[in-house]
Amino acid sequence: MFDLVSFIPRAVVQSIPLLYGSCGETLTEKSGNLNLGIPGVMYTGGICGVIGAFLYEQAVPAAEMKAVFAIGVPLLCSLLGSLIMGLIYCFLTVTLRANQNVTGLAITTFGIGIGNFFGGSLIKLTKSEVPSIALSATHKYFAAQLPFAKDLGWFGKIFLSYGFMAYAAIIIAFITAYIIKKTRVGLELRAVGENPKTADAAGINVSRYKYGATCIGSMIAGLGGLYYVMDYACGVWSNDAFGDRGWLAIALVIFTVWRPNVGVPASILFGGLYILYLFIPTGMLLSVKELYKMLPYLVTLIVLVLTSMRNKRESQPPEALGLSYFREER
Amino acid sequence: MANEKVRNPLFHIVKRKNIPWYKAWAIRAAAIIAALIVCAVITMLLTGENPIQIYITIFKGAFGTPRKTWVLFQNLSILLCVSLAVTPAFRMRFWNIGGEGQLLIGGLAAAACMILLGDKLSNGALIPIMIISSIAAGAIWGVIPALFKAKWNTNETLATLMMNYIATQLVAFFIIVWEVPKGSGKIGIINQSSEAGWLPQIGGQKYLLNIIVVAVLTVLMYVYLNYTKHGYEISVVGESEKTARYVGIKVEKVIIRTMLLSGAICGIAGLLLVGGTDHTITTTIGESRGFTAVMVSWLAKFNPIFMIFTSFLLVFLNRGASEIATVFSLNKSFSDILTGVILFFIIGCEFFINYKISFRKKGAKEEVKHV
Amino acid sequence: MENKVAAVKMRNITKTFGNITANDKVWLDIYKGEILALLGENGSGKTTLMNMLSGIYFPDEGQIFINGREVVIRSPKDAFDNGIGMIHQHFKLVDVLSAAENIVLGLREKGKLDLNAVSKRITELCEKYGFDLDPKQKIYDMSVSQKQTVEIVKLLYRGADILILDEPTAVLTPQETDKLFAVLRNMRDAGKTIVIITHKLNEVEELSDRVAILRRGRFVGDMKTSESNAAELTNMLVGHPVTLSIERPEPKDPKKKIEVKHLSVRNIDGILKLDDVSFEARSGEILGIAGISGCGQKELLEAIAGLQTVESGSITYYDENGNPEELIGKDPLEIMELGVSLSFVPEDRLGMGLVGNMDISENMMLRSFRHGKSPFLNRKNPYALAGKIIKDLDVNTPGINTQVRKLSGGNVQKVLVGREIALAPKVLLTAYAVRGLDINSSYTIYDLINKQKEKGVAVIYVGEDLDVLLELSDRILVLCGGKVSGIVDGRSAQKREVGLMMTRVGGAKDGE
Repeated sequence: MFDLVSFIPRAVVQSIPLLYGSCGETLTEKSGNLNLGIPGVMYTGGICGVIGAFLYEQAVPAAEMKAVFAIGVPLLCSLLGSLIMGLIYCFLTVTLRANQNVTGLAITTFGIGIGNFFGGSLIKLTKSEVPSIALSATHKYFAAQLPFAKDLGWFGKIFLSYGFMAYAAIIIAFITAYIIKKTRVGLELRAVGENPKTADAAGINVSRYKYGATCIGSMIAGLGGLYYVMDYACGVWSNDAFGDRGWLAIALVIFTVWRPNVGVPASILFGGLYILYLFIPTGMLLSVKELYKMLPYLVTLIVLVLTSMRNKRESQPPEALGLSYFREER
Repeated sequence: MANEKVRNPLFHIVKRKNIPWYKAWAIRAAAIIAALIVCAVITMLLTGENPIQIYITIFKGAFGTPRKTWVLFQNLSILLCVSLAVTPAFRMRFWNIGGEGQLLIGGLAAAACMILLGDKLSNGALIPIMIISSIAAGAIWGVIPALFKAKWNTNETLATLMMNYIATQLVAFFIIVWEVPKGSGKIGIINQSSEAGWLPQIGGQKYLLNIIVVAVLTVLMYVYLNYTKHGYEISVVGESEKTARYVGIKVEKVIIRTMLLSGAICGIAGLLLVGGTDHTITTTIGESRGFTAVMVSWLAKFNPIFMIFTSFLLVFLNRGASEIATVFSLNKSFSDILTGVILFFIIGCEFFINYKISFRKKGAKEEVKHV
Repeated sequence: MENKVAAVKMRNITKTFGNITANDKVWLDIYKGEILALLGENGSGKTTLMNMLSGIYFPDEGQIFINGREVVIRSPKDAFDNGIGMIHQHFKLVDVLSAAENIVLGLREKGKLDLNAVSKRITELCEKYGFDLDPKQKIYDMSVSQKQTVEIVKLLYRGADILILDEPTAVLTPQETDKLFAVLRNMRDAGKTIVIITHKLNEVEELSDRVAILRRGRFVGDMKTSESNAAELTNMLVGHPVTLSIERPEPKDPKKKIEVKHLSVRNIDGILKLDDVSFEARSGEILGIAGISGCGQKELLEAIAGLQTVESGSITYYDENGNPEELIGKDPLEIMELGVSLSFVPEDRLGMGLVGNMDISENMMLRSFRHGKSPFLNRKNPYALAGKIIKDLDVNTPGINTQVRKLSGGNVQKVLVGREIALAPKVLLTAYAVRGLDINSSYTIYDLINKQKEKGVAVIYVGEDLDVLLELSDRILVLCGGKVSGIVDGRSAQKREVGLMMTRVGGAKDGE
């Protein structure tokens, strides 16, 4: 029998980095910036959190650590790191009007490089036996659950067994969706992504929106990296462990047709697909499990094709996605 | 109110109509030099060495020994091969970032032939089959997103991206199917004893074949893009789809044909890696070259001859930075950081080629009294 | 109007694009509470000048004063802050948003975005001025005139003091034009300042209080409309008096070349663009097509050239011997090889027919590159053809290897039309061939077309300017909303009659 009670929480913890990533990328894409650097940004977000946590753990004995700093320092470092990546991307694509695809891929190379380089260097510093770095003290704070969650049986397990960042992800996703859909800022952001010339003529500062959405989007995506290390991976950083989750987050953006609120269930579905192979009967061939891991990508491709077939205006990518804007173009 | 200071913007940006080629290259050269200086500073901060020593080390890493030189050219040839593959697609504004997947599938096809037919056929029969199946596999992988694009205008950037990971998992699947020994999760060297399906070595040099194949491909691609009717059609479609239709070019056909070609050449890159040098397959055999190729091709303005230089630059840096990492016991990902920095500079410098910043002329203020 | 207060003063405004000077030291005053007509030919720099007022472009030199205070308008937002609003020729609307969302776009009102309240205010405005607009309707569902309504309501909603309208009547029917003019007069009476960019003298006379004239980027003069007369205005407009007499040779031995029967075409959005259109085009004759823009002209030509999917009907081509051949179902290439050639000059001039980033010779190749069996390109013949066209049509270019996008509009059009004619077509379809050209270049193009006619080519000419159509065409097909409103003889037709047919199927026959 399929064990839902243990499957769902595992799917959820898998989904949270994807949710952060896709939520950030959706916000970015709504401004017309296709940031293929998201995988790099998420790596940077993760490693910067690790560096922050590492420095704090080194500076203060475990017994004297305070929750505010144990969470705040890595959080701030992570936000700062991914903000810088977002700024580089914006400077190149918005201010210097460089090609978005090329810039994004360069950001990914750079960001993964940063992650693995500093990760590797920290591992060397700690002279640890295994190729990873463990920040278990910090993890404790990030993974803290409600004290009574364990007493609530399956209910507690499915709904209350996560660290605060998981709930934060869902809240951020809903807030982002609300802002995009219902507020003045969201309306202007959509206009920038759909038709920057028009937005500009309406007196909207296109560059500011592009910078704003991309940088905030990067910071949100970076939190996905932070959650992954501090909560999901129990505070253990090992190089390349984050894998291709960044690309999966971009896939999720398409899958949700640019709606972060849809991203909440969709990311859990993706998380479920991602780990489904662990739950299929053990008698099955190991090789088939690899095929199960293909599912999220395959499903995304199908959704992408289906939405383009239906050609409904509301489910198309923002019209100016991937194009840089220059006002005096004639 | 009258004394209120008028704020004039200090400068504004104008698109350049024309820039002489030497100026454009001077700007690019300046960007590369600036990037190298920044890289040197970063390396200095991390290692404490002086910059000249760092550059000597980079050079040593690239050309220090004959073996290193061969490896450099091998890496160069494979990266160039993938870049050549994606270029025709880019010329028609089809953002094929699925080179990685097309390469993997080509490699997988080659590996499949080696494993399944290695003990049944002689090399004389096996190698042509490998060549055909790799090319076919790559072409199929490339043409799937093209079909979607032609039929429903499906976003090709995102579709080719997804195809990469589908390919990766397909390879992962077959690795488990064919793993040697069982449970290792690896295939290991295929046909180590019989060398069945190993591409022949020229002059006893492991990498020479690859280099020659890619050199020939480069010339062929240059000719194809610039001197043939197909190449012309690709350019017209890339410049203006409307115009292409207007003069009776079947845009869908061109998209499909070009992506078949693009995928096929990626398939050849996979074949060269699996059959020519590595003699095994892993999910990471492509080493993200499908993505790097996008940058190589773009930096070279989609010109196959320039691509020799841009891919050389990236491979040179990569090899050099790995050497720095080894010598100064840094992490090997150091090279990615340096590559990233250099890319940022080159990407950024294009702005100064395409636009100029003009400062507002001073003076010539009219008297307010007038009228 | 004695104590005139200048709402806007522009002083010494210069703007260049590359080598082209769009505005050269322009001085312009716009007074409070007036309707100013900014008159000039296409390409005289009217729109560029107003774009600098509305923050789209930034002047290279010069100063702008609003209500006597010097201002720097760096962006459309700065323009809004100064009470300036502009309706552009190409509507600045976001397709996937609704009318209400477009209207409040960029408006920095305090508090939460309440689209219902916005809709209510829009409805009030619409009732006040008599617009018909559903605030919740998405732009991509709207017709051209509905979109213009959104644009106008957008400015009214914002309560701009200075309104600039860039050729607002180009897309309107006369009835809609009258309504618009009434609204504009009301707004003037309420103290607003209005600038209307136009090249139509009758609009100047009908609507404006004062008229200012630009020619080739320079300010020529201004005067009260009541004190002006058409002859004087025309003089200022073109620099010297023009006799608008276009040659019209008698057709020789006209024979049926193209016969269209019951043709219906739907566009991608499923809207019926051509409805049961039937006519024939004859050799040695120019068939003019008249109609308000967007009435199916483009679809008609594209259907003949094989670029449009046809819903029903037939298009038959007759060769020299009178043998019929059905064109529907053939691809553009096959139709081209039969001798049907289309030169369509789109709004951006380069979008169709030419590739901006290729040189003249490579653009010649577009039509001929397939010749021969070799997989390689023949570059020699197109190069020679490019040279010939440059010489014959007097194309002003630094050389054959100059990229087409670097040429000026008139020269681009000469290259396009020249290439199409070089194909020695049997049927020449041409649309907006003189769009944006100065008068001399226009005459060169008319000559070219007349020469083709004399050679026995069947010419179908879609034009914007009714006067030209009336002087150039042998027969005129009038389209109205995708239907054939009538076919009239070019020599005897009256402008008024054709104008009526453009706005109502069958003209004056039915109705009053």
